Amino acid sequence: MSSFAMGAFWGLAAGLLIAIAALIGVWMERKVAGRIHMRIGPLEAGPFGLLQTLADTVKLVLKEDITPAAADVRPFRLAPFVVFVPIASSLAVIPYAVGWAPFDISAGVLFFMAVPSLSVIGILAAGWASRNTFATIGGIRGAAQMVSYELPRTLSVLAACMLAGSISMTGVLDAWRPWWLIVLAPAFIVYFIASIAEVNRGPFDLPEAEAELVAGYFADYSGIRWAIFMMAEYGGVVAASLFGAVVFFGRGLGLGGVPGALLFVFFAFALTTAMMWVKWTFPRVRPDQLMTLAWKVLTPIALVELLVVGVIASWML
Amino acid sequence: MTLEIESKEATHDTDGLPVEELVVNIGPSHPSTHGVGRVVVHLDGEVMTHVEPIVGYLHRGIEKMSENRTYLQVVPLTDRLDYVGSMYANWAYCRAVERLAGISVPERAEYLRVIVCELQRIASHMMALGSAAGDTGAATMFIYTFDERERIIEAFEELCGSRLTYNYVRPGGVSFDVPEGWLDNVLAFCAAHRDKLTEMDKLFFGNVIAKGRLKGIGVLSAEDAVAWGASGPVARGSGVNWDLRKHDTYSVYPRFDFDVPTGSNGDAYDRGRVRLFECYESCRIIEQAISQMTEGPVKTPLPRLLRPAPGEAYSHIESARGSLGVYVVSDGTPRPYRMHVRSPAFCNLALLKILAPGHMLADLVAVMGSLDPVFGEVDR
Repeated sequence: MSSFAMGAFWGLAAGLLIAIAALIGVWMERKVAGRIHMRIGPLEAGPFGLLQTLADTVKLVLKEDITPAAADVRPFRLAPFVVFVPIASSLAVIPYAVGWAPFDISAGVLFFMAVPSLSVIGILAAGWASRNTFATIGGIRGAAQMVSYELPRTLSVLAACMLAGSISMTGVLDAWRPWWLIVLAPAFIVYFIASIAEVNRGPFDLPEAEAELVAGYFADYSGIRWAIFMMAEYGGVVAASLFGAVVFFGRGLGLGGVPGALLFVFFAFALTTAMMWVKWTFPRVRPDQLMTLAWKVLTPIALVELLVVGVIASWML
Repeated sequence: MTLEIESKEATHDTDGLPVEELVVNIGPSHPSTHGVGRVVVHLDGEVMTHVEPIVGYLHRGIEKMSENRTYLQVVPLTDRLDYVGSMYANWAYCRAVERLAGISVPERAEYLRVIVCELQRIASHMMALGSAAGDTGAATMFIYTFDERERIIEAFEELCGSRLTYNYVRPGGVSFDVPEGWLDNVLAFCAAHRDKLTEMDKLFFGNVIAKGRLKGIGVLSAEDAVAWGASGPVARGSGVNWDLRKHDTYSVYPRFDFDVPTGSNGDAYDRGRVRLFECYESCRIIEQAISQMTEGPVKTPLPRLLRPAPGEAYSHIESARGSLGVYVVSDGTPRPYRMHVRSPAFCNLALLKILAPGHMLADLVAVMGSLDPVFGEVDR
């Protein structure tokens, strides 16, 4: 197969994976939120309401795709894809089976850290091109937040890379040992918090803060373009959970084969559920508190962790 | 007074580039304005420099409409004032009419009025806490409080057939006596409600992010609270111990033993928590009222057309939002010559102008939620 056909195949596969993940993710989110709220959640469409998201998707696709008259048309229409594509691409480097990833490059971790960050351009473009004060504030908040949380998130993953001596995803996976769980616990907590902020979810969903900014940077979007923003958010959650399960839990505590794959799925789902749990329990933080958390708490913790891991790594290896 | 909505005065930063304040129009259709409130905010970055609440989007002319209706026909109009606390406006208006026409009220009716109004206070405070929490992003607290409010609304529906506009308190008494077993249900609710309040206190007011979002935000000094005419939980959150149930007591309130919770810092956190603690006190009052109540009539027979002697009367009661006053003037005809409402929500909302500037945009909704405006009563 030519490389172009391969690329097209994997692109399609990643798109499908995100679509399925978003379908299940939205359903799961509504069920989890329902249980936390002492409600039942969706129940009518399909068994256990499983088809609810599908019904919502059909509704969204059929809705009118509105471009506001005042909007800067090209960036406005392009922005959802600029947000979505980098997040979809980041799924290509995840090793789904032992020793195998769709796009197994020697700098997979770097790829995963760097490429999804490009979606900040889409968020900024969406906010700016809407020509709406709420969207503009949301876009600027989003840019500031994603750039800030990039640092603690990358530093926390760097600790794992130092122990592994590799920045390839399969390399980290091969080198993973159970004692990393203890050593990397602070790094994992930093990674988890920074990931929630990176995908703009509660309690760090400031760019789309419903209370004051209505829907933030995508306030003016409707129909399928709005759905693409939501898919990007769920894609980000899934990607962050899968990546966290690989790097910090070693794909199911280093087990290979079916049990390892099942544990991998279990850890990824556990992380996703934890993100939903946090979102529905905590109030939203304020922009200045968000920045304080990133620069004065998470970054120092990640740096100290990096130092400790550096000492351990030089002593162990 | 002029409204400074547009500000086009461009200043220049150190590089000589023009800098303009960002003017954000929030409302009248917005998720956090609690109805149809409108606030024009001037932003310098994320910090608010000027905040202008604009009212009038829900003006229905209730005061003027009252002049063309008989005294009894005005009662349903008062339901539409504060639509999350209809019982209060009913009662405040009926007390004014009773004073004007010299009508006495049976004792059982007074007890029933106290019970429904204290239930209404809990329902209204649940709404205030839930929406204030929802504004800061705590969706779960919103659902929990609305669950409790729903129990009270169901009880009211059983009592008078309506969920929001009760038309229950009438001049000379109340419209119906309680159905069989209703008081036992209310007692059971009060017992269960205390546990729920404790849970909510832990869930929301004990949360580190909620503390960070609400403490020190929108600090209102006791002097300002008095000077701006604030009342209810807004004034009590600043440590002003002023509750009409105690300090200009009415009905059978002197017979009950209850405390008036006050805050000390006057911030959004204290205002919210004062509301929470008031719900405990309301439960205490309801339980005492039910145990003291005796059988008897609930309504004084009145002529169909009330023709009070020419004169005027003012009555004020402690509503969930503060001192709710109704002023009625009679010219001897069957219709009020003038009816005016002193709205606590209106006075409390005016504080937004001094409480919000200097804080961030995200704090606007926290401050507004802590003032708990209901625009039906603000605009009338």
